[in-house]
Amino acid sequence: MGKTMAEKIIGDHAGKDVKAGEIVVAKVDVAMVQDGTGPLSVQVLKDMNLEKVFDKDNTVLFLDHATPSPRKELSNAHKILREFSEKTGAYLSDVGEGVCHQRLVESWASPGQLIVGADSHTCTSGALGAFATGMGSTDVAIAFALGKVWLRVPETHRFYIEGDFPEGVYSKDLILHIIGTIGADGATYKSMEFYGPTIDKMSMESRFTITNMAIEAGGKTGMIAPDVTTKKYLEEMGRGEKYREIKSDDDAWFEKEYEFNVDELEPTVSFPHTVDNTRTISEAKKMNIRIDQVYIGTCTNGRIEDLRIAAKIIDGNKVNKKTRLIVIPASRRVYIQALKEGLLEKFVEAGAAIESPGCGPCVGIHKGVLADGERVLSTQNRNFKGRMGNPNAEIYLGSPATAAATAIEGKIADPRDYL
Amino acid sequence: MERIIRGRVWKFGDNISTDHIAPGRYFHLRTNLPELAKHVLEDADPEFPKKVKPGDIIVAGNNFGLGSSREHAPRIIKIAGVSCVIAKSFARIFYRNAFNIGLPLLTADTDKIDEGDELEIDLEKGLIKDLTKGVELQSTPIPPFMMRLLEDGGIVEHIKKHGDFKVD
Repeated sequence: MGKTMAEKIIGDHAGKDVKAGEIVVAKVDVAMVQDGTGPLSVQVLKDMNLEKVFDKDNTVLFLDHATPSPRKELSNAHKILREFSEKTGAYLSDVGEGVCHQRLVESWASPGQLIVGADSHTCTSGALGAFATGMGSTDVAIAFALGKVWLRVPETHRFYIEGDFPEGVYSKDLILHIIGTIGADGATYKSMEFYGPTIDKMSMESRFTITNMAIEAGGKTGMIAPDVTTKKYLEEMGRGEKYREIKSDDDAWFEKEYEFNVDELEPTVSFPHTVDNTRTISEAKKMNIRIDQVYIGTCTNGRIEDLRIAAKIIDGNKVNKKTRLIVIPASRRVYIQALKEGLLEKFVEAGAAIESPGCGPCVGIHKGVLADGERVLSTQNRNFKGRMGNPNAEIYLGSPATAAATAIEGKIADPRDYL
Repeated sequence: MERIIRGRVWKFGDNISTDHIAPGRYFHLRTNLPELAKHVLEDADPEFPKKVKPGDIIVAGNNFGLGSSREHAPRIIKIAGVSCVIAKSFARIFYRNAFNIGLPLLTADTDKIDEGDELEIDLEKGLIKDLTKGVELQSTPIPPFMMRLLEDGGIVEHIKKHGDFKVD
Protein backbone atom coordinates (compact mmCIF):
# COMPACT_ATOMS: atom_id res chain seq x y z
CA MET A 1 0.00 0.00 0.00
CA GLY A 2 1.18 3.50 -0.77
CA LYS A 3 1.88 6.28 1.69
CA THR A 4 0.44 9.70 2.41
CA MET A 5 2.59 12.84 2.30
CA ALA A 6 2.52 12.96 6.09
CA GLU A 7 3.71 9.34 6.39
CA LYS A 8 6.49 9.94 3.85
CA ILE A 9 7.86 13.05 5.55
CA ILE A 10 7.65 11.67 9.09
CA GLY A 11 9.20 8.38 7.86
CA ASP A 12 12.09 10.30 6.26
CA HIS A 13 12.73 12.01 9.59
CA ALA A 14 12.27 8.90 11.74
CA GLY A 15 14.66 6.91 9.57
CA LYS A 16 12.15 4.12 8.98
CA ASP A 17 8.89 3.22 7.32
CA VAL A 18 5.98 4.56 9.36
CA LYS A 19 2.22 4.33 9.16
CA ALA A 20 -0.66 6.24 10.70
CA GLY A 21 -1.18 5.51 14.39
CA GLU A 22 2.46 4.77 15.28
CA ILE A 23 4.33 6.87 17.83
CA VAL A 24 7.85 7.64 16.60
CA VAL A 25 10.81 9.91 17.31
CA ALA A 26 11.59 12.18 14.37
CA LYS A 27 14.32 14.70 13.56
CA VAL A 28 13.20 18.27 13.00
CA ASP A 29 14.47 20.67 10.34
CA VAL A 30 13.12 23.91 11.80
CA ALA A 31 11.91 24.66 15.35
CA MET A 32 10.47 27.93 16.57
CA VAL A 33 8.84 29.71 19.49
CA GLN A 34 7.20 33.12 19.81
CA ASP A 35 7.17 35.69 22.60
CA GLY A 36 4.10 34.14 24.27
CA THR A 37 5.43 30.59 24.38
CA GLY A 38 9.24 31.01 24.16
CA PRO A 39 10.05 32.25 27.68
CA LEU A 40 8.57 29.03 29.10
CA SER A 41 10.72 27.01 26.64
CA VAL A 42 13.83 28.83 27.86
CA GLN A 43 12.84 28.11 31.47
CA VAL A 44 12.41 24.40 30.65
CA LEU A 45 15.88 24.27 29.04
CA LYS A 46 17.42 26.03 32.05
CA ASP A 47 15.77 23.49 34.37
CA MET A 48 17.16 20.66 32.23
CA ASN A 49 20.59 22.30 32.07
CA LEU A 50 20.33 22.09 28.27
CA GLU A 51 20.60 25.70 27.12
CA LYS A 52 21.74 24.95 23.57
CA VAL A 53 20.23 24.64 20.10
CA PHE A 54 20.61 21.83 17.55
CA ASP A 55 21.08 24.18 14.56
CA LYS A 56 21.27 27.92 15.17
CA ASP A 57 20.09 28.90 11.67
CA ASN A 58 16.96 26.79 12.01
CA THR A 59 16.07 27.59 15.59
CA VAL A 60 14.01 30.74 15.55
CA LEU A 61 12.68 33.05 18.25
CA PHE A 62 9.92 35.32 16.98
CA LEU A 63 8.89 38.51 18.74
CA ASP A 64 5.48 39.10 17.17
CA HIS A 65 2.58 38.68 19.61
CA ALA A 66 3.32 41.73 21.75
CA THR A 67 5.51 44.00 19.63
CA PRO A 68 6.51 46.71 20.23
CA SER A 69 6.06 45.73 23.86
CA PRO A 70 3.10 47.46 25.56
CA ARG A 71 4.20 46.75 29.15
CA LYS A 72 7.22 45.93 31.25
CA GLU A 73 6.33 42.28 31.97
CA LEU A 74 6.29 41.64 28.24
CA SER A 75 9.51 43.60 27.68
CA ASN A 76 11.08 41.31 30.26
CA ALA A 77 9.69 38.29 28.43
CA HIS A 78 11.30 39.63 25.24
CA LYS A 79 14.55 40.08 27.11
CA ILE A 80 14.55 36.39 28.06
CA LEU A 81 14.44 35.51 24.35
CA ARG A 82 17.06 38.15 23.44
CA GLU A 83 19.45 36.72 26.02
CA PHE A 84 18.78 33.15 24.88
CA SER A 85 19.57 34.21 21.32
CA GLU A 86 22.84 35.79 22.40
CA LYS A 87 23.81 32.75 24.40
CA THR A 88 22.94 30.05 21.86
CA GLY A 89 23.06 31.81 18.47
CA ALA A 90 19.38 31.03 17.78
CA TYR A 91 17.94 33.53 15.27
CA LEU A 92 15.94 36.33 16.85
CA SER A 93 13.21 37.77 14.63
CA ASP A 94 12.84 41.17 16.26
CA VAL A 95 10.14 43.84 16.60
CA GLY A 96 8.77 44.80 13.19
CA GLU A 97 9.90 41.72 11.26
CA GLY A 98 6.43 40.25 11.33
CA VAL A 99 4.22 37.33 12.31
CA CYS A 100 6.10 34.04 12.82
CA HIS A 101 4.11 32.00 10.29
CA GLN A 102 4.51 34.56 7.53
CA ARG A 103 8.24 34.88 8.29
CA LEU A 104 8.59 31.07 8.26
CA VAL A 105 7.09 30.72 4.77
CA GLU A 106 9.15 33.66 3.50
CA SER A 107 12.51 32.50 4.80
CA TRP A 108 12.55 28.94 6.16
CA ALA A 109 9.80 26.45 5.29
CA SER A 110 10.50 24.13 2.35
CA PRO A 111 8.97 20.97 0.86
CA GLY A 112 9.61 17.71 2.69
CA GLN A 113 10.71 19.39 5.92
CA LEU A 114 9.49 18.62 9.42
CA ILE A 115 8.76 21.86 11.24
CA VAL A 116 7.61 22.27 14.83
CA GLY A 117 6.53 25.52 16.43
CA ALA A 118 5.21 26.58 19.80
CA ASP A 119 2.23 28.20 18.13
CA SER A 120 -0.90 26.44 16.95
CA HIS A 121 -0.86 28.01 13.47
CA THR A 122 2.50 26.46 12.59
CA CYS A 123 0.42 24.33 10.20
CA THR A 124 0.54 27.32 7.78
CA SER A 125 3.89 26.11 6.34
CA GLY A 126 2.22 22.89 5.21
CA ALA A 127 1.07 24.71 2.07
CA LEU A 128 4.70 24.43 0.90
CA GLY A 129 4.64 20.64 1.27
CA ALA A 130 6.24 20.53 4.71
CA PHE A 131 4.91 18.61 7.70
CA ALA A 132 4.49 21.55 10.04
CA THR A 133 2.70 21.34 13.35
CA GLY A 134 2.07 23.28 16.55
CA MET A 135 3.21 22.00 19.94
CA GLY A 136 3.74 23.27 23.46
CA SER A 137 6.69 25.15 24.91
CA THR A 138 8.25 22.03 26.45
CA ASP A 139 8.07 19.99 23.23
CA VAL A 140 9.75 22.74 21.27
CA ALA A 141 12.31 23.36 24.02
CA ILE A 142 13.37 19.72 23.73
CA ALA A 143 13.40 20.03 19.92
CA PHE A 144 15.70 23.07 20.28
CA ALA A 145 18.21 21.11 22.34
CA LEU A 146 17.98 17.61 20.86
CA GLY A 147 16.78 18.37 17.31
CA LYS A 148 13.96 15.83 17.58
CA VAL A 149 10.43 15.30 18.85
CA TRP A 150 8.05 12.46 19.58
CA LEU A 151 5.12 12.26 17.20
CA ARG A 152 2.08 10.14 16.57
CA VAL A 153 1.80 9.65 12.81
CA PRO A 154 -1.60 11.11 11.89
CA GLU A 155 -4.26 9.64 9.67
CA THR A 156 -5.04 11.82 6.65
CA HIS A 157 -8.33 13.43 5.66
CA ARG A 158 -8.21 14.46 2.02
CA PHE A 159 -10.15 17.41 0.59
CA TYR A 160 -10.73 17.52 -3.17
CA ILE A 161 -11.57 21.07 -4.26
CA GLU A 162 -12.96 21.85 -7.68
CA GLY A 163 -14.67 24.73 -9.48
CA ASP A 164 -13.89 28.41 -10.02
CA PHE A 165 -14.35 31.00 -7.30
CA PRO A 166 -17.09 33.52 -8.16
CA GLU A 167 -15.99 37.18 -8.07
CA GLY A 168 -15.58 38.39 -4.49
CA VAL A 169 -15.11 34.88 -3.07
CA TYR A 170 -11.69 33.69 -1.90
CA SER A 171 -9.77 30.91 -0.22
CA LYS A 172 -10.73 32.34 3.21
CA ASP A 173 -14.39 31.81 2.38
CA LEU A 174 -13.61 28.25 1.30
CA ILE A 175 -11.78 27.29 4.48
CA LEU A 176 -14.47 28.91 6.67
CA HIS A 177 -17.08 26.96 4.68
CA ILE A 178 -15.12 23.70 5.10
CA ILE A 179 -14.79 24.22 8.87
CA GLY A 180 -18.47 25.19 9.08
CA THR A 181 -19.28 21.90 7.34
CA ILE A 182 -17.01 19.45 9.21
CA GLY A 183 -16.97 21.27 12.59
CA ALA A 184 -14.33 22.73 14.90
CA ASP A 185 -13.27 19.17 15.80
CA GLY A 186 -14.00 17.63 12.40
CA ALA A 187 -10.35 16.77 11.78
CA THR A 188 -8.95 16.48 15.31
CA TYR A 189 -5.49 14.95 15.20
CA LYS A 190 -5.62 14.44 11.42
CA SER A 191 -3.42 15.68 8.64
CA MET A 192 -5.71 17.65 6.29
CA GLU A 193 -4.55 17.41 2.70
CA PHE A 194 -6.01 19.77 0.10
CA TYR A 195 -5.85 19.02 -3.64
CA GLY A 196 -7.73 19.26 -6.90
CA PRO A 197 -8.08 21.73 -9.78
CA THR A 198 -9.04 24.73 -7.58
CA ILE A 199 -5.93 24.25 -5.43
CA ASP A 200 -3.78 23.80 -8.56
CA LYS A 201 -4.90 27.22 -9.82
CA MET A 202 -4.54 28.93 -6.45
CA SER A 203 -1.69 31.34 -5.57
CA MET A 204 0.72 30.39 -2.78
CA GLU A 205 -0.72 33.21 -0.65
CA SER A 206 -4.28 31.89 -0.94
CA ARG A 207 -3.00 28.40 -0.09
CA PHE A 208 -1.38 29.67 3.11
CA THR A 209 -4.78 30.97 4.26
CA ILE A 210 -6.20 27.45 3.93
CA THR A 211 -3.43 25.52 5.71
CA ASN A 212 -3.21 28.24 8.39
CA MET A 213 -6.73 27.31 9.48
CA ALA A 214 -6.32 23.49 9.58
CA ILE A 215 -5.99 23.77 13.37
CA GLU A 216 -9.44 25.42 13.50
CA ALA A 217 -10.91 22.05 12.48
CA GLY A 218 -8.63 20.38 15.03
CA GLY A 219 -6.07 19.28 12.39
CA LYS A 220 -2.50 18.40 13.27
CA THR A 221 -1.40 19.99 10.04
CA GLY A 222 -2.72 21.17 6.67
CA MET A 223 -0.79 20.09 3.59
CA ILE A 224 -0.64 20.83 -0.13
CA ALA A 225 1.65 18.92 -2.50
CA PRO A 226 4.37 21.15 -3.99
CA ASP A 227 3.90 22.10 -7.65
CA VAL A 228 4.98 24.75 -10.15
CA THR A 229 3.40 27.50 -8.00
CA THR A 230 5.40 26.31 -4.99
CA LYS A 231 8.57 26.25 -7.08
CA LYS A 232 8.04 29.78 -8.34
CA TYR A 233 7.32 31.03 -4.82
CA LEU A 234 10.50 29.46 -3.41
CA GLU A 235 12.52 31.01 -6.26
CA GLU A 236 11.01 34.42 -5.51
CA MET A 237 11.95 33.98 -1.84
CA GLY A 238 15.52 33.14 -2.84
CA ARG A 239 15.58 29.41 -2.08
CA GLY A 240 14.50 27.76 -5.35
CA GLU A 241 17.09 25.03 -4.75
CA LYS A 242 14.94 23.76 -1.85
CA TYR A 243 12.15 22.69 -4.20
CA ARG A 244 11.33 19.01 -4.32
CA GLU A 245 8.31 16.98 -5.29
CA ILE A 246 6.43 15.09 -2.67
CA LYS A 247 2.86 13.85 -2.79
CA SER A 248 0.59 11.16 -1.44
CA ASP A 249 0.53 7.92 -3.41
CA ASP A 250 -2.71 7.14 -5.25
CA ASP A 251 -3.05 3.89 -3.32
CA ALA A 252 -2.34 5.46 0.10
CA TRP A 253 -4.99 4.99 2.81
CA PHE A 254 -7.11 8.05 3.59
CA GLU A 255 -9.33 7.86 6.63
CA LYS A 256 -11.85 10.26 5.07
CA GLU A 257 -12.26 11.90 1.68
CA TYR A 258 -14.30 15.05 1.07
CA GLU A 259 -15.28 16.93 -2.08
CA PHE A 260 -16.10 20.62 -2.25
CA ASN A 261 -17.10 22.67 -5.28
CA VAL A 262 -16.55 26.44 -5.11
CA ASP A 263 -18.61 27.42 -8.19
CA GLU A 264 -21.56 28.55 -6.06
CA LEU A 265 -19.66 29.48 -2.90
CA GLU A 266 -20.65 32.77 -1.24
CA PRO A 267 -18.54 35.03 0.94
CA THR A 268 -18.68 33.33 4.34
CA VAL A 269 -18.53 34.73 7.88
CA SER A 270 -17.93 32.93 11.20
CA PHE A 271 -20.15 34.16 14.01
CA PRO A 272 -19.19 34.25 17.71
CA HIS A 273 -17.81 32.27 19.51
CA THR A 274 -16.62 29.33 17.40
CA VAL A 275 -15.09 29.21 13.93
CA ASP A 276 -17.54 26.54 12.73
CA ASN A 277 -20.50 28.84 13.43
CA THR A 278 -20.59 30.02 9.81
CA ARG A 279 -23.19 31.82 7.73
CA THR A 280 -23.21 33.03 4.15
CA ILE A 281 -22.89 36.76 3.62
CA SER A 282 -26.48 36.88 2.33
CA GLU A 283 -27.74 35.55 5.66
CA ALA A 284 -25.37 37.76 7.67
CA LYS A 285 -26.26 40.91 5.72
CA LYS A 286 -29.97 40.47 6.39
CA MET A 287 -29.24 40.51 10.11
CA ASN A 288 -27.94 44.08 9.90
CA ILE A 289 -25.04 43.56 12.32
CA ARG A 290 -23.27 46.78 13.30
CA ILE A 291 -19.47 46.46 13.53
CA ASP A 292 -17.34 48.74 15.74
CA GLN A 293 -13.90 47.65 14.52
CA VAL A 294 -12.49 45.98 11.43
CA TYR A 295 -9.07 44.34 11.43
CA ILE A 296 -7.23 43.39 8.23
CA GLY A 297 -4.01 41.48 8.88
CA THR A 298 -2.61 38.40 10.74
CA CYS A 299 -0.94 35.15 9.67
CA THR A 300 -4.23 34.19 8.01
CA ASN A 301 -4.81 37.22 5.79
CA GLY A 302 -2.09 39.87 6.18
CA ARG A 303 -0.25 39.10 2.94
CA ILE A 304 0.22 41.33 -0.10
CA GLU A 305 -2.56 39.62 -2.08
CA ASP A 306 -4.95 40.29 0.83
CA LEU A 307 -3.96 43.96 1.08
CA ARG A 308 -4.38 44.38 -2.69
CA ILE A 309 -7.91 42.94 -2.58
CA ALA A 310 -8.93 45.08 0.41
CA ALA A 311 -7.28 48.25 -0.94
CA LYS A 312 -9.12 47.91 -4.24
CA ILE A 313 -12.45 47.91 -2.41
CA ILE A 314 -11.52 50.67 0.01
CA ASP A 315 -10.01 52.91 -2.71
CA GLY A 316 -12.00 56.14 -3.02
CA ASN A 317 -14.30 55.19 -0.12
CA LYS A 318 -14.21 56.22 3.53
CA VAL A 319 -14.26 54.10 6.65
CA ASN A 320 -17.70 54.46 8.23
CA LYS A 321 -17.83 57.09 10.99
CA LYS A 322 -19.04 54.53 13.52
CA THR A 323 -16.29 52.05 12.70
CA ARG A 324 -12.50 52.04 12.94
CA LEU A 325 -10.26 50.12 10.56
CA ILE A 326 -6.90 48.69 11.60
CA VAL A 327 -4.55 47.36 8.93
CA ILE A 328 -1.37 45.43 9.73
CA PRO A 329 0.90 43.92 7.07
CA ALA A 330 1.97 40.42 8.20
CA SER A 331 5.68 41.02 7.67
CA ARG A 332 8.25 43.67 6.81
CA ARG A 333 8.47 42.29 3.29
CA VAL A 334 4.69 42.67 2.87
CA TYR A 335 4.86 46.14 4.43
CA ILE A 336 7.52 47.37 1.97
CA GLN A 337 5.67 45.90 -1.00
CA ALA A 338 2.40 47.51 0.14
CA LEU A 339 4.21 50.84 0.46
CA LYS A 340 5.68 50.54 -3.03
CA GLU A 341 2.29 49.75 -4.52
CA GLY A 342 0.62 52.65 -2.71
CA LEU A 343 -1.80 50.35 -0.91
CA LEU A 344 -1.15 51.77 2.53
CA GLU A 345 -1.82 55.26 1.24
CA LYS A 346 -5.25 54.12 0.09
CA PHE A 347 -6.04 52.66 3.49
CA VAL A 348 -4.82 55.76 5.32
CA GLU A 349 -6.75 58.11 3.04
CA ALA A 350 -9.89 56.10 3.72
CA GLY A 351 -9.31 56.61 7.46
CA ALA A 352 -7.50 53.42 8.52
CA ALA A 353 -4.85 53.13 11.24
CA ILE A 354 -1.75 51.23 10.09
CA GLU A 355 0.33 49.41 12.70
CA SER A 356 3.76 47.77 12.44
CA PRO A 357 4.01 44.09 11.36
CA GLY A 358 3.06 41.56 14.04
CA CYS A 359 -0.02 39.78 15.37
CA GLY A 360 -1.76 43.06 16.28
CA PRO A 361 -5.08 42.88 18.15
CA CYS A 362 -5.70 39.20 17.25
CA VAL A 363 -4.30 37.92 20.55
CA GLY A 364 -5.98 40.45 22.83
CA ILE A 365 -2.93 42.23 24.18
CA HIS A 366 -2.85 45.59 22.42
CA LYS A 367 -3.45 47.61 19.23
CA GLY A 368 -7.24 47.38 19.32
CA VAL A 369 -8.67 45.67 22.41
CA LEU A 370 -12.47 45.86 22.27
CA ALA A 371 -14.84 47.55 24.72
CA ASP A 372 -17.67 45.70 26.46
CA GLY A 373 -20.47 44.89 24.03
CA GLU A 374 -18.45 45.81 20.93
CA ARG A 375 -18.22 43.76 17.75
CA VAL A 376 -15.23 43.29 15.48
CA LEU A 377 -14.97 41.75 12.04
CA SER A 378 -11.46 40.43 11.54
CA THR A 379 -9.54 38.53 8.87
CA GLN A 380 -7.88 36.43 11.60
CA ASN A 381 -8.41 32.71 12.14
CA ARG A 382 -10.32 32.33 15.41
CA ASN A 383 -13.08 34.01 17.34
CA PHE A 384 -13.20 32.36 20.76
CA LYS A 385 -14.74 34.28 23.62
CA GLY A 386 -12.09 36.60 25.06
CA ARG A 387 -9.67 36.03 22.20
CA MET A 388 -9.21 39.73 21.47
CA GLY A 389 -8.85 40.74 25.08
CA ASN A 390 -12.46 41.16 26.19
CA PRO A 391 -14.84 38.27 26.89
CA ASN A 392 -17.75 40.73 26.64
CA ALA A 393 -17.04 41.46 22.97
CA GLU A 394 -18.00 39.55 19.82
CA ILE A 395 -15.63 38.47 17.04
CA TYR A 396 -16.76 37.78 13.46
CA LEU A 397 -14.36 36.31 10.89
CA GLY A 398 -14.27 36.97 7.15
CA SER A 399 -12.09 37.54 4.11
CA PRO A 400 -10.13 40.76 3.48
CA ALA A 401 -12.77 41.72 0.89
CA THR A 402 -15.62 41.22 3.35
CA ALA A 403 -13.62 43.17 5.94
CA ALA A 404 -13.07 46.11 3.57
CA ALA A 405 -16.75 46.28 2.57
CA THR A 406 -17.73 46.06 6.24
CA ALA A 407 -15.40 48.94 7.15
CA ILE A 408 -17.12 51.13 4.56
CA GLU A 409 -20.67 50.31 5.68
CA GLY A 410 -20.07 49.96 9.42
CA LYS A 411 -22.06 46.73 9.39
CA ILE A 412 -21.39 43.27 7.96
CA ALA A 413 -21.39 43.89 4.22
CA ASP A 414 -21.18 41.94 0.96
CA PRO A 415 -17.91 42.62 -0.90
CA ARG A 416 -19.60 41.72 -4.17
CA ASP A 417 -21.42 45.06 -3.98
CA TYR A 418 -18.02 46.77 -4.46
CA LEU A 419 -16.66 44.87 -7.47
CA MET B 1 1.82 9.54 39.87
CA GLU B 2 -1.30 8.86 41.91
CA ARG B 3 -2.99 5.79 40.43
CA ILE B 4 -6.23 6.27 42.32
CA ILE B 5 -7.70 9.77 42.18
CA ARG B 6 -10.68 10.90 44.22
CA GLY B 7 -12.28 14.29 43.83
CA ARG B 8 -15.24 16.56 43.28
CA VAL B 9 -16.51 17.49 39.81
CA TRP B 10 -16.55 20.85 38.07
CA LYS B 11 -18.66 20.44 34.92
CA PHE B 12 -18.08 22.34 31.68
CA GLY B 13 -19.64 22.13 28.21
CA ASP B 14 -18.24 21.69 24.70
CA ASN B 15 -15.44 23.68 23.06
CA ILE B 16 -13.70 25.05 26.15
CA SER B 17 -10.80 26.88 24.46
CA THR B 18 -7.35 27.81 25.74
CA ASP B 19 -8.70 31.38 25.72
CA HIS B 20 -11.28 30.31 28.32
CA ILE B 21 -8.56 28.59 30.33
CA ALA B 22 -5.74 31.16 30.05
CA PRO B 23 -7.21 34.40 28.62
CA GLY B 24 -5.07 36.48 26.28
CA ARG B 25 -5.61 39.60 28.37
CA TYR B 26 -3.33 37.99 30.99
CA PHE B 27 -0.59 37.43 28.41
CA HIS B 28 1.81 39.42 30.61
CA LEU B 29 1.36 36.87 33.41
CA ARG B 30 2.67 33.98 31.35
CA THR B 31 6.08 34.29 32.99
CA ASN B 32 4.33 34.20 36.40
CA LEU B 33 2.28 30.99 36.37
CA PRO B 34 1.02 31.10 40.01
CA GLU B 35 -0.50 34.55 39.27
CA LEU B 36 -1.92 33.37 35.93
CA ALA B 37 -3.44 30.35 37.72
CA LYS B 38 -5.62 32.77 39.73
CA HIS B 39 -7.53 33.36 36.47
CA VAL B 40 -7.77 29.75 35.28
CA LEU B 41 -11.01 29.07 33.37
CA GLU B 42 -12.32 32.46 34.50
CA ASP B 43 -14.04 33.12 31.17
CA ALA B 44 -15.92 29.81 31.33
CA ASP B 45 -16.90 30.11 35.01
CA PRO B 46 -15.82 33.19 37.03
CA GLU B 47 -16.30 31.24 40.30
CA PHE B 48 -13.95 28.42 39.28
CA PRO B 49 -10.56 30.00 40.10
CA LYS B 50 -11.90 31.26 43.45
CA LYS B 51 -13.46 27.98 44.55
CA VAL B 52 -11.42 25.16 43.00
CA LYS B 53 -9.79 22.93 45.62
CA PRO B 54 -6.78 20.61 45.36
CA GLY B 55 -7.87 17.24 44.03
CA ASP B 56 -10.94 18.55 42.16
CA ILE B 57 -11.71 17.04 38.77
CA ILE B 58 -12.73 18.88 35.61
CA VAL B 59 -15.37 17.13 33.50
CA ALA B 60 -16.25 18.53 30.08
CA GLY B 61 -17.89 17.83 26.72
CA ASN B 62 -16.29 17.71 23.28
CA ASN B 63 -13.07 19.32 22.09
CA PHE B 64 -11.71 20.49 25.44
CA GLY B 65 -8.63 22.72 25.09
CA LEU B 66 -9.10 23.78 21.49
CA GLY B 67 -7.18 26.74 20.16
CA SER B 68 -3.71 27.97 20.86
CA SER B 69 -0.63 25.92 21.70
CA ARG B 70 -0.19 27.70 25.04
CA GLU B 71 1.11 25.06 27.42
CA HIS B 72 0.29 27.55 30.16
CA ALA B 73 -3.32 26.27 29.91
CA PRO B 74 -2.73 22.72 31.24
CA ARG B 75 0.01 24.03 33.54
CA ILE B 76 -2.31 26.42 35.37
CA ILE B 77 -5.02 23.76 35.61
CA LYS B 78 -2.42 21.60 37.35
CA ILE B 79 -1.17 24.48 39.52
CA ALA B 80 -4.78 25.14 40.62
CA GLY B 81 -4.72 21.62 42.06
CA VAL B 82 -6.92 19.82 39.53
CA SER B 83 -6.05 16.11 39.61
CA CYS B 84 -7.53 14.98 36.31
CA VAL B 85 -9.57 16.23 33.33
CA ILE B 86 -12.21 13.98 31.79
CA ALA B 87 -13.84 14.98 28.49
CA LYS B 88 -15.69 13.43 25.57
CA SER B 89 -12.78 14.56 23.40
CA PHE B 90 -9.71 16.78 23.60
CA ALA B 91 -8.03 19.08 21.11
CA ARG B 92 -4.71 17.65 20.01
CA ILE B 93 -2.14 20.18 21.26
CA PHE B 94 -3.80 20.44 24.67
CA TYR B 95 -3.85 16.63 24.92
CA ARG B 96 -0.15 16.39 24.15
CA ASN B 97 0.80 19.28 26.43
CA ALA B 98 -1.09 17.82 29.39
CA PHE B 99 0.76 14.49 29.23
CA ASN B 100 4.06 16.31 28.68
CA ILE B 101 3.58 18.17 31.97
CA GLY B 102 2.10 15.21 33.85
CA LEU B 103 -1.58 16.17 33.99
CA PRO B 104 -3.75 13.05 33.45
CA LEU B 105 -6.58 13.25 30.90
CA LEU B 106 -9.26 10.65 30.31
CA THR B 107 -11.62 10.40 27.35
CA ALA B 108 -15.10 9.11 28.19
CA ASP B 109 -18.79 9.80 27.67
CA THR B 110 -19.31 12.43 30.36
CA ASP B 111 -23.07 13.03 29.93
CA LYS B 112 -24.00 11.16 33.11
CA ILE B 113 -21.59 13.07 35.36
CA ASP B 114 -22.86 16.27 37.00
CA GLU B 115 -21.28 19.22 38.79
CA GLY B 116 -20.49 18.39 42.40
CA ASP B 117 -20.43 14.59 41.92
CA GLU B 118 -17.71 12.69 43.78
CA LEU B 119 -15.55 10.55 41.46
CA GLU B 120 -13.00 7.83 42.06
CA ILE B 121 -10.67 7.16 39.14
CA ASP B 122 -8.37 4.22 38.60
CA LEU B 123 -5.93 5.73 36.08
CA GLU B 124 -4.25 2.52 35.11
CA LYS B 125 -7.52 0.72 34.35
CA GLY B 126 -9.14 3.88 33.00
CA LEU B 127 -12.12 3.21 35.27
CA ILE B 128 -14.26 6.13 36.46
CA LYS B 129 -16.66 5.53 39.39
CA ASP B 130 -19.27 8.19 40.07
CA LEU B 131 -19.69 7.62 43.80
CA THR B 132 -22.58 10.10 44.02
CA LYS B 133 -24.62 8.27 41.37
CA GLY B 134 -23.24 4.77 41.78
CA VAL B 135 -22.33 4.58 38.07
CA GLU B 136 -19.15 3.19 36.49
CA LEU B 137 -17.64 4.44 33.22
CA GLN B 138 -14.80 2.97 31.19
CA SER B 139 -12.51 5.53 29.50
CA THR B 140 -10.61 5.04 26.24
CA PRO B 141 -7.20 3.43 26.93
CA ILE B 142 -4.20 5.80 27.12
CA PRO B 143 -1.41 4.80 24.65
CA PRO B 144 1.47 3.04 26.53
CA PHE B 145 4.01 5.79 25.72
CA MET B 146 1.75 8.48 27.13
CA MET B 147 1.09 6.38 30.23
CA ARG B 148 4.86 6.17 30.66
CA LEU B 149 5.08 9.98 30.42
CA LEU B 150 2.57 10.27 33.28
CA GLU B 151 4.41 7.68 35.35
CA ASP B 152 7.72 9.50 34.81
CA GLY B 153 6.11 12.82 35.81
CA GLY B 154 6.11 14.44 32.36
CA ILE B 155 8.43 14.68 29.36
CA VAL B 156 11.21 16.59 31.16
CA GLU B 157 11.51 13.92 33.86
CA HIS B 158 11.14 11.24 31.16
CA ILE B 159 14.19 12.61 29.28
CA LYS B 160 16.17 13.03 32.50
CA LYS B 161 15.40 9.43 33.47
CA HIS B 162 16.00 7.72 30.13
CA GLY B 163 18.49 10.19 28.60
CA ASP B 164 16.30 10.30 25.48
CA PHE B 165 12.75 9.56 24.29
CA LYS B 166 11.80 5.98 25.07
CA VAL B 167 8.87 5.21 22.75
CA ASP B 168 9.29 1.40 22.33
